[in-house]
Amino acid sequence: MSLLDIAELSAGYGGNTILDGVSLTAERGDIVSLIGPSGSGKSTLLRVLIGLTPPTGGTVRIDGAAVDYADSAALKALRRRMSIVFQQFNLFQNMTALDNLTLAPVRTLGVARAEAEARGCDLLAKVGLADKAGAYPAQLSGGQQQRVAIARALAMQPEILLLDEVTSALDPERVGEVLDTIRTLAETGITMLLVSHEMGFVREISTKVVMMDAGRVVEAGPPASIFESPRETRTRSFMQAIIRH
Amino acid sequence: MNGAAEFFTTDTAAFLAGALGRTLWMTLLGCTLGFLLGGVLALVRRTRQPLLAPARLLAGLYVETFRRLPFLVILILVLFSVQAVAPGLSLLGIATIAVTLAATAYLAEIIRAGLDAVPRPQVEGAEVLGLSALDRLRFVVLPQAWGVILPPAAAFMVMFVKDTALASHLGVVELAFAGKILVNKGFSPTLGFGAVLVLYALVSWPLGRAAAHLEKKLVAPRHR
Ligand SMILES: Nc1ncnc2c1ncn2[C@@H]1O[C@H](COP(=O)(O)OP(=O)(O)O)[C@@H](O)[C@H]1O
Ligand SMILES: [Mg+2]
Repeated sequence: MSLLDIAELSAGYGGNTILDGVSLTAERGDIVSLIGPSGSGKSTLLRVLIGLTPPTGGTVRIDGAAVDYADSAALKALRRRMSIVFQQFNLFQNMTALDNLTLAPVRTLGVARAEAEARGCDLLAKVGLADKAGAYPAQLSGGQQQRVAIARALAMQPEILLLDEVTSALDPERVGEVLDTIRTLAETGITMLLVSHEMGFVREISTKVVMMDAGRVVEAGPPASIFESPRETRTRSFMQAIIRH
Repeated sequence: MNGAAEFFTTDTAAFLAGALGRTLWMTLLGCTLGFLLGGVLALVRRTRQPLLAPARLLAGLYVETFRRLPFLVILILVLFSVQAVAPGLSLLGIATIAVTLAATAYLAEIIRAGLDAVPRPQVEGAEVLGLSALDRLRFVVLPQAWGVILPPAAAFMVMFVKDTALASHLGVVELAFAGKILVNKGFSPTLGFGAVLVLYALVSWPLGRAAAHLEKKLVAPRHR
């Protein structure tokens, strides 16, 4: 049984179909990369998975159990197992880095504050920001904010981590530090679903690559086959466009 | 005509103090209740729960109506409705209800604008961490919204100190009415209205200061 099993998932905004029957699976420890042109529904897929955008059809199973996205208790349970990091970080602007990390564990997991702070400091150290615990987001660079955001997601001890173009809003010289953080993370065996346009990184880190276009999965497979011998012309033209650019 | 010697007596002072007390009572109590009720209306209007649709509609209707009614009209409406159901209520009580009704509508809009000013991604960041709606409000939205809510809310209250003068039409002896009574008693308008003017100024100033202090205490560090 797959850890994450997405079947015929559909979603849309106000009558427009954005996700049009997406199916894919991730085993425990998989690093699944979603690639595809902008507007193909990658962000929407992650938003549906974490319960920010309601699905209009299909099912999501975690360890075989279907998630009921209309039920707030089920959503709460889901968000204990799955966490997301956004392109724009979305750190709480009114809190220090450490408070960003401890708020949810204390309020939703019932962790004692001292323990949450100790764990928060550990996590900040893991992403190389041990000295920034007391800094507010506005005092941090984009790359630092994104690393805090990753640490915040990890503070929930998720089994599945969703990463939506986490390096796209960064200055080029800051991209490396965030990719390094994700590499380290990959070695811990956490399951990840990530959207990225960093093709070299995707190829290196992924156990599986999923090519999306117009709300559908065009093809999926191990990175070597998607990058070297894609079956679909749509994948080939996307790769060529990316490489040329 | 009574002169200055008769004016500066404990009697006049007590009379003016009573009037000042009524002005303050109406403003402070009315605006405080209005802030709480306005907050509730603002929150109701922000919900998305389909079951709450009728409540959203009513809240919107209330806010849009009462913001458009002149305060004097609200006073008269309250006067007649209260006299029909609870004839024993004092004029000051009636005026305070009217202030509350008007303040609720205005402050609901001010609070709603403040809550809306907090970017949606901030709320989503809290939502995906499993924080309850109340926790999102308490820890993420309100701390970032205070800076937007407090200045216009304080300005509204300071301005409303003056509007409570309309309660004199009901017969509430608040500051403005007290000035008129003193002049009718034979004191010169310079003395009677001069004293009222000084008292209005003395009230608005600390109110403004208190609001500024509150703002400093509540507004999140980044926004300071
Ligand atoms: N909140 C929204 N309201 C309406 N349309 C949206 C919204 N978010 C995204 N879309 C549309 O959905 C489509 C897919 O967007 P998205 O999932 O962000 O794609 P990707 O992440 O692959 O670039 C786009 O056409 C976009 O315009
Ligand atoms: Mg996207």
